[in-house]
Amino acid sequence: MARQGVLVQPYQRLKLEQVEQIHRASLAILTDSGVVCFNRSAAEFFGDRGAEVLPMHQGSADCWLLKIPEKVITDALQSAPKVVKLGARDENNCLILDGHEPRVYFASGSETNNWLEVDVEAFVSKRNPGIEVEFPVFRVEKGTVDRLARAARLCEHLDSWDSFLRTVNIRDDDITNDNKDVNKFFVSLNNTTKHVMSGLTELSQLSNVVRMSQLIAGGEEQLRENPIISFITCMVKSPLQLVDNTTQKAIEIARRGIPLVVSSSPMGGSTAPIREEGMVAQINAELLVGIALTQLVNKGTPVLYGSVPGRAHMVSLYDSYGVPEFNQYNIDCVQMARYYGLPCYSTGGISDAMVPGIQASVERLFSHILVTLAGPQYIHYAFGLLERTNTFCPVQAVLDDAHIGMVKRFVRQPVVTTDRISESLEQIRKVMGTSHKLYTRFVRSMLRSGEIAPPYPFEGKDMVGGTLLRARERMEEILSLPPSHIPRPVVDEVFQQVPGLLVRLRN
Amino acid sequence: MTEDILTLLKENVIQGRVTQDDEGFDEGMVGQPGVSELIEKALAQGINPENIVNKGLTAGMNIVGQKYEANEYYIPDMLASAEAVGVAMEILEPHLAKSGIKSKGKVIVATVKGDLHDIGKNIVSMLLRGAGYIVRDLGNDIDPQVIIAAVREEKPQFVGMSALLTSTMMHMKDTIEALTESGLRDKVKVIIGGAAVSEEFAQGIGADGYGADGFQAVRLVEALSTNVES
Repeated sequence: MARQGVLVQPYQRLKLEQVEQIHRASLAILTDSGVVCFNRSAAEFFGDRGAEVLPMHQGSADCWLLKIPEKVITDALQSAPKVVKLGARDENNCLILDGHEPRVYFASGSETNNWLEVDVEAFVSKRNPGIEVEFPVFRVEKGTVDRLARAARLCEHLDSWDSFLRTVNIRDDDITNDNKDVNKFFVSLNNTTKHVMSGLTELSQLSNVVRMSQLIAGGEEQLRENPIISFITCMVKSPLQLVDNTTQKAIEIARRGIPLVVSSSPMGGSTAPIREEGMVAQINAELLVGIALTQLVNKGTPVLYGSVPGRAHMVSLYDSYGVPEFNQYNIDCVQMARYYGLPCYSTGGISDAMVPGIQASVERLFSHILVTLAGPQYIHYAFGLLERTNTFCPVQAVLDDAHIGMVKRFVRQPVVTTDRISESLEQIRKVMGTSHKLYTRFVRSMLRSGEIAPPYPFEGKDMVGGTLLRARERMEEILSLPPSHIPRPVVDEVFQQVPGLLVRLRN
Repeated sequence: MTEDILTLLKENVIQGRVTQDDEGFDEGMVGQPGVSELIEKALAQGINPENIVNKGLTAGMNIVGQKYEANEYYIPDMLASAEAVGVAMEILEPHLAKSGIKSKGKVIVATVKGDLHDIGKNIVSMLLRGAGYIVRDLGNDIDPQVIIAAVREEKPQFVGMSALLTSTMMHMKDTIEALTESGLRDKVKVIIGGAAVSEEFAQGIGADGYGADGFQAVRLVEALSTNVES
């Protein structure tokens, strides 16, 4: 039994003819401009299949210009699975991502350095000292294993949060690059029974992370059947460059058959054309190369089309997510993925704002609605992100859960059947026979069944700021619930077999 | 046997079922007798109408009120139960009168002249009936003289008026003045409600009270009833 997500009737921004034009443009990029590859193995994989490989130097680094013919890409794409299962400790929480079915799941994302706490303070009116009100104030803290655990526990209990993509960069004093991977995966897996996804900091840690996951899943075969973890690999540096380190990680992950996201995050106006068709043609070319590589390494590797296109902010050249183009790029990419039948890892619900509030809500809701309507299988960045991708705020994540819940109701496919029409006609007939002319009676069973939306959980009647305070209360309530830890004997086994785990994390 | 019917009546008030065709919260209730069928049955069995009111209807509404306070029930649930009690009270009214039992009071309600927006007034009517009051609903777009005539004929303790539009709310003042000119103003308490009006407006036109929603309207009538009695 998998999680349900939400099945949408996809909004098609591009006509099929335009999708095909962009597809052809992407193939033209790969044969014309080509891709600069800094990883020798990847260059060899493509060379063996007939790509033109031209040795180059950039600075002190060896690299190769790959000119990749269409057939290399299309052959490789044929073996990419059209349905990818992302497993979970509790199998009822697994996700089935079908490239041809617009069923949307929501996940957190990024790996922020900052964690934004929301405190409550009392303020006294200067004009009238008798008036005292409570308002939220914000405090920036660094990411730690404890805070990552708190985020995972929130994920466990928030209904719309389908998959835990590590939220904060763990920066404790006892965390180093060499033990970061095992600890972030352990903390995540130990605090949520939902699917856990993350990037890999050090390739040397891959085997330890996989071994740990096998122990938790119940064995090697069990992990293959129920992949409780997956990896994100940003092997592309836009424009059109395959970086050595991450490409090697992608190759090794693909060899092990673990699901992985091939992602690219070009910025329109800085690392990609700013116009829609140019941006999408480039990111599509970048993703096709990455996905093809996973299939050249190991046919059938479960892979997601990881489109993370953004637009550059014209004042700072930082990435900017609150702009309309961000939504256009992402919707187009969802259509490209569907054209290939590949499950799409898309991007939505993110904001440039530094703190929760009006700007944060408007910007994130814009993409929550629009990108969801496009029907990607997996939307990351959907919970708690602020200040672009630099800050995670747990109270914002609680708000996002409620807002995504509303979006899911809005986008779900309509149900118009003969039976339902008959029921409605009967209701109308009955109500027209009353003096009060009210339909409220017929709402009651639907309120209980969940068919209609409940009231906004954080609405208030009194004063500004009440919404955040109520969301904070909800967060505290969730965090006071007992955590869904991995059973003790399994934890003991993990600590015995996997080096680098912090002793203080043992339950 | 008497207790069984009254328990069933109470349960059906809680479930908000007026007739056997209504669904409740529990599965398989459609086809089972609702409040109106049970009232007829209770009367046929000679059960005292006062017992029907107290042990069936009021007992049920008390539980509905508790569920509403505990956020277990929403307004649609409250209205469904109130509607069921209202229908029951209509059936019981002549029997109560015959037994010499006085009702909690009579309220005439109307949406004022020029205004067709009567949802709020309908909700107030349902909730007042559910609380045990006799309600005469004159409808919407009601001329002050129609209200005067109804007060003369029905002799209510309360007149409730509603208005949604700022262009019609002054007819509330006209009606109060007409009541005064007819010598009826001190016979009734006048309460008002609706999106266009406020507590301040109520005081300004000489009304006895203002209710912001249906629940406040019921509380207002109950508070004013106590004052009348005391």
